[in-house]
Amino acid sequence: MRQVAPVSIAGAPPGAPTAGKRSIAPSRSLVLKILSAAILFGAWEIAGRIPVSYAFPTFVESMAALFRLAADGTLWTAYAETLQPLVVGVTISALLGIAIGLWVGLSEFFDWLFSPIFIVMQAAPLAALIPLLVLAYGIGLTSKVLVVCIMAMPVIVLNTASAVRNTPESMKEMARAYLATDLTILLKIIIPAASPVIFAGLRLGISAGFIGAILAELKITPTGVGDIITFSRSIADYPTMYAAIFSIILLAVLFLNLLEWIEAVLFKGNQRGYVSD
Amino acid sequence: MAMSQIKPALVAVPGSDIAVSTRNITKFYGYVEALRDLSLEFPRGQLTSLLGPSGCGKTTLLKIIGGLLEPTSGEVEVNGQTVTGPGPDRAFVFQDFALLPWASVMRNVAFGLEMRGVGRSEREDIAARYIKEVGLAGFEKAYPHQLSGGMRQRVGLARALSVDAQVLLMDEPFSAVDEQTRRKFQEDLLSLVQNENKTFIFVTHSIEEAVYVSDQIAILLPRPSRVSEIIRPSNFREKGVDNIRRDPEYLDIVDQIWSSLRSYVE
Repeated sequence: MRQVAPVSIAGAPPGAPTAGKRSIAPSRSLVLKILSAAILFGAWEIAGRIPVSYAFPTFVESMAALFRLAADGTLWTAYAETLQPLVVGVTISALLGIAIGLWVGLSEFFDWLFSPIFIVMQAAPLAALIPLLVLAYGIGLTSKVLVVCIMAMPVIVLNTASAVRNTPESMKEMARAYLATDLTILLKIIIPAASPVIFAGLRLGISAGFIGAILAELKITPTGVGDIITFSRSIADYPTMYAAIFSIILLAVLFLNLLEWIEAVLFKGNQRGYVSD
Repeated sequence: MAMSQIKPALVAVPGSDIAVSTRNITKFYGYVEALRDLSLEFPRGQLTSLLGPSGCGKTTLLKIIGGLLEPTSGEVEVNGQTVTGPGPDRAFVFQDFALLPWASVMRNVAFGLEMRGVGRSEREDIAARYIKEVGLAGFEKAYPHQLSGGMRQRVGLARALSVDAQVLLMDEPFSAVDEQTRRKFQEDLLSLVQNENKTFIFVTHSIEEAVYVSDQIAILLPRPSRVSEIIRPSNFREKGVDNIRRDPEYLDIVDQIWSSLRSYVE
């Protein structure tokens, strides 16, 4: 907390060294991303060509299958189905999860009331619970949305709550000294201070939501992308099966990048480090 | 010795009125008595230091005056009004700066005005003026982590000055900056006290610092805290910032304070 670093009054003007660093950063990170993708896909291609298993297609075969699926429209109809529980579940988890998380973080009573539920939810073996959900809510959208929520919400709630609890006391005290109301402290101090950890929770929660959506389609009723996976496996069309799996991973990665971009736009100062580190 | 020394508290200060007074403040943390029956008066337009060994409750007293803590008993009056919480008549400068890391220097300095509901363009005008006054012109768009410790505290100081409160509460404001910066700060503080008609309450654990900057020094002794003596350095203030540190009165007071505090430092 305390600053003991040797400092001088007349520091370099801000932005001079950092701006230079920032301007090369995106291009370098893009190169790294492409490089790591190339290595991964190359390893996939080699593993498929050996082959490590007859049920493991090469990267090129899988991509060809993916283009076929996209071209004949199968992929799009599948996603129209899969995205329903995914979007509904993730939206509910994000909004409700952050709201409950704030509440739990701010009040000891709600911490006592809610935290155990989410800790249990996070630890529970979901696949084993699915039959119970089906029994209670049938095989429709409701059950699938619930599976997505059970996967996504706990980590969002728990991260938000712990971030709120860890808001630096000195910042809240400063705000009070300058006449901030409780609501302003929540909006202008607690939420911005907690936002990096809240977004970390969102990233984890939303990736878990993607897993939940596919799990629901594999375990409840085979629809959408889950149906492509199940069906192509049953007829030993492995390239198509891997194409479907690849497409959902791609979608998740794209979505997480979008989330990172939203965070950068909303809370840009936060990426610049903490004063009291 | 050329100084007027007044034994415990509540003696009217000649020639000036009282901006802040604390009356019989007692503060318990659980069963621990942090302050006992503490009464002090802070003359308007002057700088009063609260000096004492660590754990003597000086920061607690400052926070009670600021309205951030409630005393267990006793009361604080600012301009004759009893304090019930933080108010527009007082502004705080924090030891760890308490800047918002996600906000630019401009937003940090304007924060107090923002909380008071001052419109954006007006508060940025005022903030810009104080940013310039503390010597940070050109850094308005910088973020706190891009600044040195000394510059961060200048931001904290500009934030406190911009709300134009009559009383400035400073909680060991220079303890987290390096020695050279601290000396410059102390000199700047002297001219600030002279130019702004504000009452300064300044917490420090540095004897030299307290004697250097103060019009009045309240020495607090710990467990439970009480005022042991009040010292009013009188003669070296007019001799100029360069001469204070070798003035015989300055040196005598430093020595005298140390001899009375020595036995409380383990």
